[in-house]
Amino acid sequence: MRNYLLVLIMAMSLAACDQNVKPDDENGSAADGSNSGAQVGSVDGEGGDAGQALSVSYEASAINDANSVLAARVVYFDFDSSNVSGDYIELVKHHGKYLSANAGAKIRLEGHTDERGTREYNVALADRRAQSVKRLLMFQGASSDQITIISYGEEKPANLGHDEESWSLNRRAELVYQ
Amino acid sequence: MKRYLLSLILLGFSSISQAVLNIEITEGVEGSLPIAVVPFQWSAGIKVAEADVSAIIASDLARSGKFAPLPDKDLIAYPKQPEDVHFPSWRMIGVDHLIIGGVKQEAENQYQVHFRLFDVLKGEQLLGYSFAANRNSLRSVAHRISDHIIKSLTGLSGAFDARIAYITARQEPGKAVSYLLQAADTDGYNSQNLLTSSEPIMSPVWSPDGKRLAYVSFEHGVPEIFIHDIHTAKRELVSKFKGINGAPAWSPDGTRLALTLSKEGNPDIYILDLGSKSLKRVTKHWSIDTEAVWMPDGDSLVFTSSRSGKPQLYQISVDGDAKAQRLTFEGKYNANASISQDGKTISFVQGENNAFRIAVLYMDTGLVQRVTDGPLDESPEFSPNGSMIIYASQHNGKPVLAAVSTDGRHKQRLGLSDGEVREPAWSAVKN
Repeated sequence: MRNYLLVLIMAMSLAACDQNVKPDDENGSAADGSNSGAQVGSVDGEGGDAGQALSVSYEASAINDANSVLAARVVYFDFDSSNVSGDYIELVKHHGKYLSANAGAKIRLEGHTDERGTREYNVALADRRAQSVKRLLMFQGASSDQITIISYGEEKPANLGHDEESWSLNRRAELVYQ
Repeated sequence: MKRYLLSLILLGFSSISQAVLNIEITEGVEGSLPIAVVPFQWSAGIKVAEADVSAIIASDLARSGKFAPLPDKDLIAYPKQPEDVHFPSWRMIGVDHLIIGGVKQEAENQYQVHFRLFDVLKGEQLLGYSFAANRNSLRSVAHRISDHIIKSLTGLSGAFDARIAYITARQEPGKAVSYLLQAADTDGYNSQNLLTSSEPIMSPVWSPDGKRLAYVSFEHGVPEIFIHDIHTAKRELVSKFKGINGAPAWSPDGTRLALTLSKEGNPDIYILDLGSKSLKRVTKHWSIDTEAVWMPDGDSLVFTSSRSGKPQLYQISVDGDAKAQRLTFEGKYNANASISQDGKTISFVQGENNAFRIAVLYMDTGLVQRVTDGPLDESPEFSPNGSMIIYASQHNGKPVLAAVSTDGRHKQRLGLSDGEVREPAWSAVKN
């Protein structure tokens, strides 16, 4: 009955919010932050730094391999943009090829924005982000019935800060295998 | 269907002894009219501490931004009856208007509240009413008295005897966020939990009769639009198309909802007839179209569209056959309109260089005036009489509700004691 007395817990426990990150992301970018983009870039660049080469395989089991290119599952966006930028096109392509090679695999694309701007506009914007990723996946042969989309707008930030660094981590589409 | 993470909490009103929202007037008292509210006389031994009627009236008057009630310590007398009022003394201290009144107990849990409003300069009574109340409705009666006084002195119809709905997000350590849809009186008292969910709740909006709320809930893992009767707690799922089901807005007659759907692949605006359930598409554009609100005549909608590349406000006929007219031109981000009941003013969010503020567009002149300072103000909503705009803001990094007079001169903060608060919606009338 007296839920409103339930204390001022909220502001205190911002850190706990990281637990909201989807389990699928354990190797992924949300935690690594900006590193993820660089990592993907290095796949193109001849394997990048010594010893860190990621494996490119579209075997069904590749999805569970922490060293697979498929381990990165977050695409980041510029403010008020739903264009998948160069850094992430390769990443999405790998997932598209995986889906194409594994007709039974299903993926959910979760669109998100940062906290700036209005909530419903952000739902629409985040939906378009997920749609952009979907189009790229399908370009690689994924079929539309393998893909579902949900837009959360600004409702589920990955990072609770109010600065550009946090915002850049929140403008994202997460690829969640089902 | 599979996941019922949600718990629907059907609650009566919580105890009235606690304000969930604490209201603090933060800016602008000059220009307000001096008024004296004499503490009401209660029959011996009956005073209900949590419903101090005259204090509630004084607080409402101050919050309206139009009046500056005299602090109790500056009152020169405590008249109880009209014949006790010595007008020249009140004139001497510069008071324009005076309110006296009292509360009598008629029976167990039955009160009678009476008040009189005087014009001090003319030395005459302007208003005098009495109301029946019980313990639980005393605060409501006080707000109703405030509405009468404001109507009498400013011509503005009342806004205080109404309800505000809002979303809060709470997180206990180690647990997931929980989202609550709540409603409270306009001064933050009498809060009521309407819905608790582990998934986001968004965009609450009152039906014109103040009995129902439409909102977006992700409780089934996807966004869906519900209509929730706040008295019976009955809920109806009215929109669950594939993709976005968002931004519900009641038509002025309460028979239709404008909403945003992406079932055709792109966010567009539709109108759902709540009786026949028929759906009509209003916009058809490759860009984002969302956040529709109705003009008071019910003939057109104002909405946010990115068709120019950046979000701007547009107006379109509900028939959808005419081209949308662009309304905002200044700035790169103008979104989320709220329209005053007379249709003359639109408040919206204006974004510029990482600062998001509330601005007002005057429809007759096309002039835009910014009324808040940001940096992250959003969800503006006119009070029913159009004199104030309530909105979501941040204070010391914490989300709060705030209100500003439509001219930008008076500001107040409605701080929430127990969580992140957002998306206020102000009911037109209380039912």
